[in-house]
Amino acid sequence: MSNIPETGRSSRVTIRLVAIQILVMSLLLTLGGRLWYLQVRNGDEYQKEAKGNHVQQVVDPAVRGSILDARGVPIADNETRLVVSVSRTEMMKQDDEGKAVLERLARVLGMSPKTVKEKVRLCDAKTPQPCWNGSPYQPIPVTDDAKPQQAMQIRERSEDFPGVTAEPAAVRRYPAPYGANTAQALGYLSPVTDEEIEKAKDTDSPFLPADEVGRSGLERTYDSKLRGSAGVTRYEVDNLGRVMGRADSDKAKPGDNLVTSLDSRVQAVTEKQLDQAMKAARHEFDKNTGRNYKADAGAAVVMENKTGRVVAMASNPEYDPNAWVGGISGKEYAKLTGKKSNYPLLNRSIQGLSAPGSIFKVISTSAAVKAGYPFDGNYDCSSSYEVGGQVFKNFESKGYGNIDLGRALEVSCDTVFYDLAYKEWKKDGGNMPKKGAKDWFYKMAHEFGLGKKTGVDLPNEVSGRVPDRRWKKEYWEANKDAWCKQGKDGGDSYAAKIAKENCVSGMKMRAGDSINYSIGQGDTLVTPVQMATIYSALANGGTLYDPTLGKAIVSADGKSVKEIEPQPHGRLPLSKKTLAQMDKALQGVATRGSAAWRFGQAGWPQDKIKMRAKTGTAEVAGKQTTSWLATYTDDFTIVMTISQGGTGSGASGPAVRKIYDALYGVGGGGGIDKKKALLPKPEAGLPKISKDGNIEAQLDKDSPGDSAKPKDVPEDATQDVPGDGRRQPPGTRREDEGPPQPPQGEAQQPAAYRPGEDSRQTGRGAAARNAFLALAHDSGQRRYPGGERR
Amino acid sequence: MSTRTFSLDGYGPRRRSAWDRLTARDSVVWRMDWFMLLAGAALAVVGSLLVYSATRNRTELNQGDPQYFLLRHVLYLLIGIGMMAGTVWLGHRRLRGAVPVLYGISVLLALCVLTPLGATINGSRAWLNLGGGFTIQPAEFIKITVILGMAMLLAAKVDAGDREHPDHRTVVHALGVAALPMAVIMLMPDLGSVMVLVVIVLAVLLASGSSNRWVLGLVLAGAVGAVLVWMLGLLDEYQINRFAAFANPALDPAGVGYNTNQARIAIGSGGLFGKGLFHGTQTTGQFVPEQQTDFVFTVAGEELGFVGAGLILVLLGVVIWRACRIARESTSLYSTIVAAGIVAWFAFQAFENIGMTLGIMPVAGLPLPFVSYGGTSMFAVWIAVGLLQSIRTQRPIAA
Repeated sequence: MSNIPETGRSSRVTIRLVAIQILVMSLLLTLGGRLWYLQVRNGDEYQKEAKGNHVQQVVDPAVRGSILDARGVPIADNETRLVVSVSRTEMMKQDDEGKAVLERLARVLGMSPKTVKEKVRLCDAKTPQPCWNGSPYQPIPVTDDAKPQQAMQIRERSEDFPGVTAEPAAVRRYPAPYGANTAQALGYLSPVTDEEIEKAKDTDSPFLPADEVGRSGLERTYDSKLRGSAGVTRYEVDNLGRVMGRADSDKAKPGDNLVTSLDSRVQAVTEKQLDQAMKAARHEFDKNTGRNYKADAGAAVVMENKTGRVVAMASNPEYDPNAWVGGISGKEYAKLTGKKSNYPLLNRSIQGLSAPGSIFKVISTSAAVKAGYPFDGNYDCSSSYEVGGQVFKNFESKGYGNIDLGRALEVSCDTVFYDLAYKEWKKDGGNMPKKGAKDWFYKMAHEFGLGKKTGVDLPNEVSGRVPDRRWKKEYWEANKDAWCKQGKDGGDSYAAKIAKENCVSGMKMRAGDSINYSIGQGDTLVTPVQMATIYSALANGGTLYDPTLGKAIVSADGKSVKEIEPQPHGRLPLSKKTLAQMDKALQGVATRGSAAWRFGQAGWPQDKIKMRAKTGTAEVAGKQTTSWLATYTDDFTIVMTISQGGTGSGASGPAVRKIYDALYGVGGGGGIDKKKALLPKPEAGLPKISKDGNIEAQLDKDSPGDSAKPKDVPEDATQDVPGDGRRQPPGTRREDEGPPQPPQGEAQQPAAYRPGEDSRQTGRGAAARNAFLALAHDSGQRRYPGGERR
Repeated sequence: MSTRTFSLDGYGPRRRSAWDRLTARDSVVWRMDWFMLLAGAALAVVGSLLVYSATRNRTELNQGDPQYFLLRHVLYLLIGIGMMAGTVWLGHRRLRGAVPVLYGISVLLALCVLTPLGATINGSRAWLNLGGGFTIQPAEFIKITVILGMAMLLAAKVDAGDREHPDHRTVVHALGVAALPMAVIMLMPDLGSVMVLVVIVLAVLLASGSSNRWVLGLVLAGAVGAVLVWMLGLLDEYQINRFAAFANPALDPAGVGYNTNQARIAIGSGGLFGKGLFHGTQTTGQFVPEQQTDFVFTVAGEELGFVGAGLILVLLGVVIWRACRIARESTSLYSTIVAAGIVAWFAFQAFENIGMTLGIMPVAGLPLPFVSYGGTSMFAVWIAVGLLQSIRTQRPIAA
């Protein structure tokens, strides 16, 4: 329209109309800009959010891999149990907040309504146990051993039980074949914590809220392999959680199976013998303390010499690992970790610390040889040894005259080692140490692998201690203030005098320290597995292997078999000749020395199976002596220790002998019955793996756990050992190393037990959460009962 | 309507057939603004599809019939287009005489809402129950009658040639005409409609050529009023929450911020080309409430993407642009004011509606013109289009 008729309109109006038009169009432009910003520039971000919005995940947990012994017998596997769970969200929707439903459920399950109600209430500051401290949106397991009949009732009358599910779920089981409990070596599982989920979020193996995680033992070391990866089925849902379709899903990948070098039969015998030996020791009278031995803890390790593989590993006191399954109750937890519990969760084979006593003498002998003293030289085995007016007794209280080092090992002659240690101490400068002191005795302990972890494939191994100059200095620096104060304030008491002396010269390596150290007494601390590694090395020609329990990781389908190769971590610095001489001496111990009455003189077929042994009895201030026995044949090493158990050969001797009897099938008269032998040679291969991935268990018909049951508690176990019961020389300082102390770390504080902690999930709208629950129920997915019950 | 010609002697202009009259160069049909009509029709088609997409799964609303909303929407649309045609047929000049009556009826209807006849939806008592599941929203008609009423008063003396600009007295009267229904709507309360009316009043005053003092004064009064309303706590909690959620979108995404949050996710996730009609996960999943009415734009954003949602903006732009042109080219101040008022109404309501789904405006219950489901709004919008068309067609043609 080109010619606008004259309207008589003022220019003011015209200008304003143009302004309105510009304003209006700029509003539309603003919208366009914002639209571009949201959709094109930030579109990806919103697409992600939209996806999270409408996709709900149902987790199908992976079946955890089994742990098998060397012959394929499962020692940790899964069983299907009927788990009855209650959805709190569904309960809250009901008029009476689920009261009627829970009461009906209690009747069906044969539980009291109170128990059921307590199980499904949420933990908070005011609610005492039992209560649920998992996510309030996660179904809460009421029981994990419902009978099929009960589950049927719940399912068939689902209208009476809204929000209640009864579904089969895989639950960890520790079947203890042959009665082999293996608790501490296996470890246990407990539900994953929120922090762990958060931490593992971006790693290769993220956790799911329903996951259980290995907390200790093999379950922890091999957790990532055993766990597998959970399957996730993704459903597209609307805002009320109604399923509209299926999005791409990941299938669950079952965890790998772990074949171990443990032999359940040997494990059973070892546990039983250790337990019997401890019980026997408790009938034994301790002259030094005037009461029976307490035998409060013990450990035993059976190791393959040529590989470092562990055939059996026992720790006493024991516990039932099944206590953890399905969530441990507060009461049970207190029983396992409380002050009165004596800490059965500790694996004393790798966490128990004690002075080694005379089994340390193989290291002193090696040090002497290294320092230039010939193995077959002449050394005076006197009945006592005096330095600076202080008398160190030969605890056998017997002089043997001039003997060589081999004989000194055989008869466990202390004075020979006292003299050697004292000479070396003087050579290194005595109280005024030279620069570059050789310190052969200490260096040798380090080279034998003491004072550091062996690298066993179990968590929380402790490293022990070699009380060398450096340690003394550090220890003095840490304690001098307390010592000096005690020395000042304590007056004339004996303790105060010692404190005073320590305050002044505690940083110094004194003659007495070195002398005590040479026979394995004093501040040295070792673990049974360290000693087993050392004696295995003596047997195999000098290689120190990392002890391993894991032998192979086999994928669930059996297609991938990854063998765990033995790894050496060091070599004994000994010549072949010295090794041979030492070996001969240790044979002597078993045939005519301190352990002869358990082996050579007790019908052991030494001509067929060469036995080497070394006994040890370690002093512990304020407590009874620790019994040590380290032994090996060509193929196996067995080390046993009993805290407050008496002497090495006395307390541990019969048990170790019985384990060997079972291994080789040695009968009462020294005859060998190969049919009865459990493991005359180490199991070199792996169990048979069938095409479908099944690992075939090689089961014996009659349980050797029974056949190896000691027919009688050996009477000779109560016999006094000549010359092996020592007392601590006066004037030497002893630190209370005590029985295996609970080490710091997670072994004591399983992270999963979090009383009163609220682990509420934060997330999207309540509608979406409820939707997920409704969905999870409808889909009938198997859920892993991850929750803690109490 | 063109002038009628009668043939008495056979020599005069021959009586033309109806078709000839409709297609003649000077006919009403030929002189209508077809750009605006086509854009409006396109918006109506897109709107029908979006309403269908938003409601076909909502079994709790559509009584099991996926096409329940679609059929009603199309019915309303046809009625609306009929109303437009009627408006054009009557002509805005003839309607000018009926404005006081129409105004009175609309205000009465609005007052009825406050009686037990009114229905409350989403905290706002803005609907009149007609029975049979039909409701009307008198506030929509009031937008038209306020424009017409103010235009009539403000243009009277100017169009008569007595004055160049409206005098103060007239402006006061005109403001009174606007204030009465606004007060009624405020009582419902229907804050969105009040906001639209404020903008309409501003535009009407601007277009009428009233003194700058009035325009500025009104802006100031609006600001002071808003502050007073806030301070005196006259707003309902849900209204305060809407503003709070607007100021802080992260606030309580499951509660007050849920609408805006989900709307933004829907639109943002559409990307450039969208997820395809009927394939929006936010839409089929019904995560956005009121999606067929106030939040219909989110369907477009999600399923049609930037391209489709942008097209809606362009079509709205065409309608508004042509309306501006009509305002500028109209021959009387009355029609100028009416056109400008409609421009302001359409533009602001579209800006507020789309802006709230994009998170640049607070949430207010306003339909998107031409697109949203809702009978009254549809009727009002198409009547307004009829007014614009009539202004255009009744303009004298230059010889």
